[in-house]
Amino acid sequence: MKKLIDDVESVVPDALRGLAAAHPGLRVDVDNQIVFRASGSRPGKVGLVSGGGSGHEPLHAGFVGYGMLDAACAGEIFTSPVPDQMIEATTAVDSGAGVLHIVKNYTGDVLNFQMAAELSGEEGVRVESVLVDDDVAVRDSLYTAGRRGTGATVFVEKIAGALAETGAPLPEVARVAREVNARSRSFGVALSPCTTPAAGRPTFDLSDTEIELGIGIHGEPGRTRSAMRPARELVHIAMDAIHEDLPISGDTLVMVNGMGGTPLIELYIAYAAVVEHLAEKGARAARNLVGNYVTSLDMQGFSITVCRLNEELTRLWDAPVETPALRWGR
Amino acid sequence: MTSDPGADAPTGMDTEPDSGPPTDTNTDMDQTEMNNAMDTAFFAAWIEETARVVAAEKEWLTGLDAAIGDADHGANLDRGLTAVTGALAAQRPDTPGSLLVLVGNTLIRKVGGASGPLYGTAFREAGRTLGDTPEVSVARLHAALEAGLAGVRKLGSAAEGDKTMVDALAPAVRALEQAVRDGKDPAEAIGAASAAARAGAEATIPMQARKGRASYLGPRSVGHEDPGAASTALVVSALHTVAASW
Repeated sequence: MKKLIDDVESVVPDALRGLAAAHPGLRVDVDNQIVFRASGSRPGKVGLVSGGGSGHEPLHAGFVGYGMLDAACAGEIFTSPVPDQMIEATTAVDSGAGVLHIVKNYTGDVLNFQMAAELSGEEGVRVESVLVDDDVAVRDSLYTAGRRGTGATVFVEKIAGALAETGAPLPEVARVAREVNARSRSFGVALSPCTTPAAGRPTFDLSDTEIELGIGIHGEPGRTRSAMRPARELVHIAMDAIHEDLPISGDTLVMVNGMGGTPLIELYIAYAAVVEHLAEKGARAARNLVGNYVTSLDMQGFSITVCRLNEELTRLWDAPVETPALRWGR
Repeated sequence: MTSDPGADAPTGMDTEPDSGPPTDTNTDMDQTEMNNAMDTAFFAAWIEETARVVAAEKEWLTGLDAAIGDADHGANLDRGLTAVTGALAAQRPDTPGSLLVLVGNTLIRKVGGASGPLYGTAFREAGRTLGDTPEVSVARLHAALEAGLAGVRKLGSAAEGDKTMVDALAPAVRALEQAVRDGKDPAEAIGAASAAARAGAEATIPMQARKGRASYLGPRSVGHEDPGAASTALVVSALHTVAASW
């Protein structure tokens, strides 16, 4: 295993120190692995807290800043943060208007955020939680832990964050967050597995000619293995899986997301196929993101997330944002 | 939290002769009744023994988790129990109930993953049920473990057969209840619970996971013992170890 690290034991704090040095707009509590806005919380604004295992950068710390999150809790690689971090973040960003927890649907994240919400409540903070579960690759949610939270997390954090900046009350911010999740679907494809620093070897085996369709962001298996195919065909498989679950029409917000080990040139090839596919369905990509936003360490592959926009969501998407990973309008 | 899609292949952990579950060596001590009451010191001894046995079996638990989960169960639980023994050294609660609540709160706050909240809730609910009683009868112990089980079931939305820690804890609680009804002495009753927990953990091997990360493996989760059920059996065996010589 070759990795650009100093010490397997301190990968997360070492990276947080670099994040803090690179972005003076952030205040990083390295010991507790919490990233805040340096500007603190504004009275009357609902606080937005998210978090999850590390290894998905820029998610979540890269989305802390004006127009998105107020704080992000970083767990160990692919391991949920603990309630202590979440409680600390929640009480710190609460300005009296309450705090929204944005939680990806994984058992560990859900249970720890649930505990944190209860304990923060006992400390007098009003907390609402929104679960992100956009991954259509998990079909039979009766017999699994349910759909996984993936790319739509970026959309939820951006759009709910924009509404929170306007001074909207907590129930409104939670409503729009849930609406974004309800209107969004994702599907991922892995061309190669990822290697966690601690394990030092790939988390699963995939031969040179094989791909995994419906991969999760920690390398969890998807729907099926298949032979490698051209980008256009992979995009069609992903878009059909999304369309089958939530028919695509009208104006959409589309993200073609790299898993960490895929060159941008390949993501643009995929995006061209996405635009063609949308046109065939009479839809269009009114807004887009192409790049690495929800990664799985060094995994090669990509995911597509489609959100059916309406006027409100478009306006909130366009609102100013200033974070390490997304910035426009300011 | 990485699942291994290739987990249906036999792993080294399955075949290594010394990597199996620890055997309960205390059966010959069941003949004598417990000499002392199940007081705060008893419950502290249980937690210390749990921390010891989890540390000793850390690699085995992590190996089970590597097959169908994310290969960190042993390390996470060990880290949490180390924090718990530290908390108990700093502050010794004066009743069994408050001790178990402290154990639960520490696990919830420190472990992370799914096992922290689930184990933490089990201990916390058990502790709450004991109230401020200074000495616990085996019937009260049963009620406490039953409350712990109910807490885990509710938080994890898990039922027996889902391939989770419930598959070890539920039979243990039932066995304890039956032993109490049969008028067995406490050490013997707890021994029956320990045996039932281990059998319950082994019974998860042919099950297909329906909760947690292993559920994404679907049929590929069959053929492996659930790490949560395995660690639950360790926790109950630690209770028996302490009861057998108390």
